[in-house]
Amino acid sequence: MSHWIIAPVILPALLAPVIGFVMRHDIRLARVFSLAGALAVLAIALGLVVQAAGGETSVYRLGDWPAPFGIVLVLDRLSALMVLLTAVLALIVLAHASATGWDARGRHFHALFQFQLMGICGAFLTGDVFNLFVFFEILLIASYGLMIHGGGRDRMRAGLQYVVINLAGSTLFLFALGVLYATTGTLNMADLAQEVPQIPLEEAALVRLATMLLLVVFAVKAALFPVQFWLPGAYSNAPAPVAALFAIMTKVGAYSIIRIHTTVFGPGAEATEGLAGDWLFPAAVITLAIGAAGVLGARRLGPLIAFSVLGSMGTLMLAVSAFAPAALTAGLYYLVHSTFAAAALFLVADLVMAQRGGNDTLTTTLPASAQNGLLAALFFAAAVAMAGMPPLSGFLGKLLVMDALRAPGVIGWAWAAILAGSLVTIVGFARAGSVLFWKSTAKAPAPDPEGRGTAAATGAAGPMQVAPVLVTVGILGALAIFAGPLAGYLEATSGQIFDRAGYIGVVLGTSGGS
Amino acid sequence: MEMIVASAVGVLTAAGVYLVMRLRAFPVILGLALLSYAVNVFLFSAGKLTTDMPPILSPYGEASYTDPLPQALVLTAIVISFGMTAVLVMVALGSFLESDSDRINLGRSENAPMPDDDGEGDAT
Repeated sequence: MSHWIIAPVILPALLAPVIGFVMRHDIRLARVFSLAGALAVLAIALGLVVQAAGGETSVYRLGDWPAPFGIVLVLDRLSALMVLLTAVLALIVLAHASATGWDARGRHFHALFQFQLMGICGAFLTGDVFNLFVFFEILLIASYGLMIHGGGRDRMRAGLQYVVINLAGSTLFLFALGVLYATTGTLNMADLAQEVPQIPLEEAALVRLATMLLLVVFAVKAALFPVQFWLPGAYSNAPAPVAALFAIMTKVGAYSIIRIHTTVFGPGAEATEGLAGDWLFPAAVITLAIGAAGVLGARRLGPLIAFSVLGSMGTLMLAVSAFAPAALTAGLYYLVHSTFAAAALFLVADLVMAQRGGNDTLTTTLPASAQNGLLAALFFAAAVAMAGMPPLSGFLGKLLVMDALRAPGVIGWAWAAILAGSLVTIVGFARAGSVLFWKSTAKAPAPDPEGRGTAAATGAAGPMQVAPVLVTVGILGALAIFAGPLAGYLEATSGQIFDRAGYIGVVLGTSGGS
Repeated sequence: MEMIVASAVGVLTAAGVYLVMRLRAFPVILGLALLSYAVNVFLFSAGKLTTDMPPILSPYGEASYTDPLPQALVLTAIVISFGMTAVLVMVALGSFLESDSDRINLGRSENAPMPDDDGEGDAT
């Protein structure tokens, strides 16, 4: 039994209090330790991916209690991939926050960040539904602190709304777990996967209820229609690095739907089969439509990006809603891509805003930013990725999703939503980009020949501040270039997700693996 | 007893949902607290309702017992919801002090952009 599986949870959990108590007055020390911690988690995550890539599912029994009785952490290809994604994103976001000084605008940024990291990694690794709830709460309570980091009127109000909606979601989660426990007598995912198929259809009312309750809870996290309304307000008012980190938070919801509604309630379980997919599909189409319309209609850069995140979640959940291996492969590719695309957009927007005096209104009356060319290029690259145009990975991702959604009843709505949504998103981003970077020179209050503004243009972004964005865009390019090997890994991943018998056997120890 | 517990869960949930829908900070905090009480009682009933039963297996013969797991779950849920309520109160207080408003809803007036921007979208 390898102890490395629990390291991505333990390490941030130990580091966070040390940063919070010992280094609270020395931001530089906190930065160094926080970055070192994120680097260490990245190294561990790489090790875990190597370990999981062979196709072996590893189980970590806490306290060495056997599976249905004790809590287990389970490492398979999907968990390893998600932990790696978290680690890479966390490092980029931390570098940005440290370079731009966001972390010094309030207290305890790094401590909260490490707790957040702990919660996210834990949620991806756990093999127990109640433990999933606990890790959800950990990542949420850290995210409440991060959300209102820096304070300010709008941010506090958006933070309050964010806290309330998530607390309501947590209550629903507990209700679902109560129902699930009452009907099956277990909360271990593998044990549930074994129990649920044995429930005959006529006695399945309660377990179907639990399925749908859990779907709603995860939909709140993943910001799916009709519980998507909190996302634009929260993401556009959160500090930019935090919003970039939140790109992975919606994916926690998506991951949970993939894990629970495939492994536990998925194909093979007579009582609940097809239940989630029937509702997910229309919800995803509407989410995509709302996201695209929001991108077109937004009058500030923050909400514009938040709505594009909404659109990307719609596309992702379209792929997930098919609950078929090929579609899931495409969905996972799009999941990885959209995380980095959203992060890149939020980070670029932060640089743009910093040079426009903190104002992100899409207006032509503000002077252009000091480094107009560079920022425009970065925004262009990130927008190309998010809208799904070649050559970056968004194009491949959407292509894969559309290719996978060819079933007769599905193809019309799915293709129409994705294609029309992409078109509208492209128009929205093109409008925002041209207003931000081109048109402002014409109407600047005191335009001088180079098009530099007078008052609002603050200092230029240094190489350390641009580097995280460049790295993110580089990753988006790399995702496109190495799409072949990545798709190979993801295909094996979705094969493993649909191998319920293998998962149950390994976790419950009935097939001799450990 | 089932009737009492069931109606308690129902009433608490109904009151909680009503209060949350008021969309003002104080009623929402109370409402979420009521909802967390409701869910705690509900979790208890998930392991079958019994009275005067120990939550451990007796080594002496056939004595029956009550399921200990829901009690552990409830304990965890209570701790979490207690902490969350404290955070919520602090955030609500901060939000009220910053904005002089205890409304949860992000209304149009707060979110509306600066007056008179002539962005491309509404140039008619």
